Amino acid sequence: MSEGNATPDAEPRADPWADPHAVPFLQVRNVTKKFGAFVAVDNVSLDIYKGEIFCLLGGSGCGKSTLLRLLSGFETASSGQIIIDGQDQEGVPPFARKTNMMFQSYALFPHMSVEKNIAYGLKRDGLPKAEIAARVSDMLSLVQMDQFASRKPHQLSGGQRQRVALARSLVKKPKLLMLDEPLGALDKKLREETQFELIKIQESLGVTFVVVTHDQEEAMTLSSRIGVMTEGRIVQVGTPHEIYEYPQSRFVADFIGSVNMFEGRITEDHEDHVLIGSRDTQTDIFVPHGISGVVGQQVAVAVRPEKVQISKSQLHDMRNTFTGKIDEIAYMGNSSVFQVLLDSGKRVRVSQSNRMRSNEDTLKWGDRVHVGWHDDAGIVVSS
Amino acid sequence: MSATAELNRRLPGGRYIGGVLQRIGLDGRGLVIAIPTIWLLLFFLIPFLVVAKISLSEAAIARPPYLPIWEWSDGFLNINLNFGNYLFLLDDPLYVAAYIESVRIAAISTVVTLLIGYPMAYLIARSSPDRRNILLMLVVLPFWTSFLLRVYAWIGFLKANGIINNFLISLGILNEPLVMLQTDFAVYVGIVYTYLPFMILPLYANLVKLDEAYLEASADLGARPATTFFTITLPLSANGIIAGCMLVFIPAVGEFVIPALLGGPDTLMIGRVLWDEFFSNRDWPIASAVAIVMLFVLVIPIMLLRKVQAVDEGAS
Ligand SMILES: Nc1ncnc2c1ncn2[C@@H]1O[C@H](COP(=O)(O)OP(=O)(O)O)[C@@H](O)[C@H]1O
Ligand SMILES: [Mg+2]
Repeated sequence: MSEGNATPDAEPRADPWADPHAVPFLQVRNVTKKFGAFVAVDNVSLDIYKGEIFCLLGGSGCGKSTLLRLLSGFETASSGQIIIDGQDQEGVPPFARKTNMMFQSYALFPHMSVEKNIAYGLKRDGLPKAEIAARVSDMLSLVQMDQFASRKPHQLSGGQRQRVALARSLVKKPKLLMLDEPLGALDKKLREETQFELIKIQESLGVTFVVVTHDQEEAMTLSSRIGVMTEGRIVQVGTPHEIYEYPQSRFVADFIGSVNMFEGRITEDHEDHVLIGSRDTQTDIFVPHGISGVVGQQVAVAVRPEKVQISKSQLHDMRNTFTGKIDEIAYMGNSSVFQVLLDSGKRVRVSQSNRMRSNEDTLKWGDRVHVGWHDDAGIVVSS
Repeated sequence: MSATAELNRRLPGGRYIGGVLQRIGLDGRGLVIAIPTIWLLLFFLIPFLVVAKISLSEAAIARPPYLPIWEWSDGFLNINLNFGNYLFLLDDPLYVAAYIESVRIAAISTVVTLLIGYPMAYLIARSSPDRRNILLMLVVLPFWTSFLLRVYAWIGFLKANGIINNFLISLGILNEPLVMLQTDFAVYVGIVYTYLPFMILPLYANLVKLDEAYLEASADLGARPATTFFTITLPLSANGIIAGCMLVFIPAVGEFVIPALLGGPDTLMIGRVLWDEFFSNRDWPIASAVAIVMLFVLVIPIMLLRKVQAVDEGAS
């Protein structure tokens, strides 16, 4: 169930980032943060709109937390501008910002009960006791922690602490909530369950979320848009679909999901198609659209493993087909992953879903096979 | 277990020692606990029992200057416990006054030490790691010279034609020297100065562990720095405060040298009373009774405090 079903986004509501007149809720303009000579955040510009779940995705140490800390005021930018809801945040101390943050370590106050932790922010606003109590109990039921109101943080499990931290950061009804690896401390199963809850809560409250994560699957599941970061820079911003299907660089293609990279040079450049000569394949790779590049330019064609077809017989309906032999097979339950050693010596990863329990035409280790992909499966990246 | 194994490996003949220790039920862990326990038994409990015994005897012109509390004669064991020493302490208002005064001076000094020590500890804990070590060095640096010498140095500062008075007079702020030496004020200065490191070090050890994320979370939720201090930092450093206060208060109550050198004739502290009873009056039983009562004056509040803490932790 793989190839060529790249249907355009059938989203019911209009996406604010596609609307040139929409005013972003959060604007980051050319923000740079240096620690001494080290540049942790490098000239980042971002527009984030109301009601989004925007994920900052990147490997460890790429500056995600630092960017979040700049937004909440714990760090001051070396240069650049941060505008939240029309207000320049320069010189606004953290306690005066109308944003809230859910900390990577949760940072629940260890000497206060769950209830007191959640009430803390409301007390600082000097709200009447009755209102505080009502809002705390609303939050407790929202995150399903009613029975644990009087417990101390150290008496809670990791998942429960995560909920309390979420409740505490949401209780002040911030317009913008920043979450630093909110699910990072949870085990895989709990993480997956919590992702959907997080989305539900976000939708019901209408809060704008900026979520930091290093987990690409999590980013894919959660976000309206993803900003991919590396070495302090944002290298691509887009919907999960755009990021996955149309990566603009080798880094993004490689970082999100797995990918086969065919390095080569443009050999023919036409208005409606280009040919790319690669040592990884013996024949030129056909790309069915024009690209901005010149003949001889070094580029790469990225093809997702699930978009590569594999068969013992000739693949007739494709232009990009190559031959090789199966070098390795990994059974993954719902799919099988094949490593095919092409005649050129290049290894290609092919993923096929296991729709039937057994296949007449079962592929075995050592089989000679044809692999290929439909014209639109390959993405050309030049950087 | 592994500690014993380590012992076996390191010490020649350690295998044998380790074996013996294990046979009497001591593994590495037990050993680690046993050493301080034995130390306390030898140097605290036994002397305490000796003093307790003397406090129940009768003074005499003899050597040692008290009568034995038990005697063996004609097949009878005669035990003479003399509680008169304790009754005498209650009888003479001097002693009660000295206890109250000692506790008062120690308590005020402890509070002042805390007020000075807390910001210092906080600053040290919040400075960069290299700076931290230098600052900690400076805190313990005074220990490198003799305690007596440092107290004498304070005499030089505080006396009528001492450094402080001369300085203030030369500036024209004072016409006549302030009387500072031989007052309670000088005693406070001496105690606070001497015990400040004992306040700073446990506070520092506590504050340096305080996770900055708590302070940031508090600010994020709308707390100004002062509010964060009182709602987060202070409660979370309670254990450091208690430890520091104990380390200052307990020795300050029994302090002898500082009131003797810096205090006036009417600075009545129990340490001086103790000294007088022992060395001037040579009344060992009374002196011992004074010491035992002092111990209880100190121990009871500590036990109460621990009980409160235990209850607190049990509830959480
Ligand atoms: N206060 C600081 N001083 C110096 N370097 C820092 C500081 N905070 C972060 N860094 C550095 O900035 C880089 C990015 O850190 P961070 O934003 O925490 O990364 P991550 O993407 O994993 O959240 C790291 O190399 C880190 O060492
Ligand atoms: Mg981080």
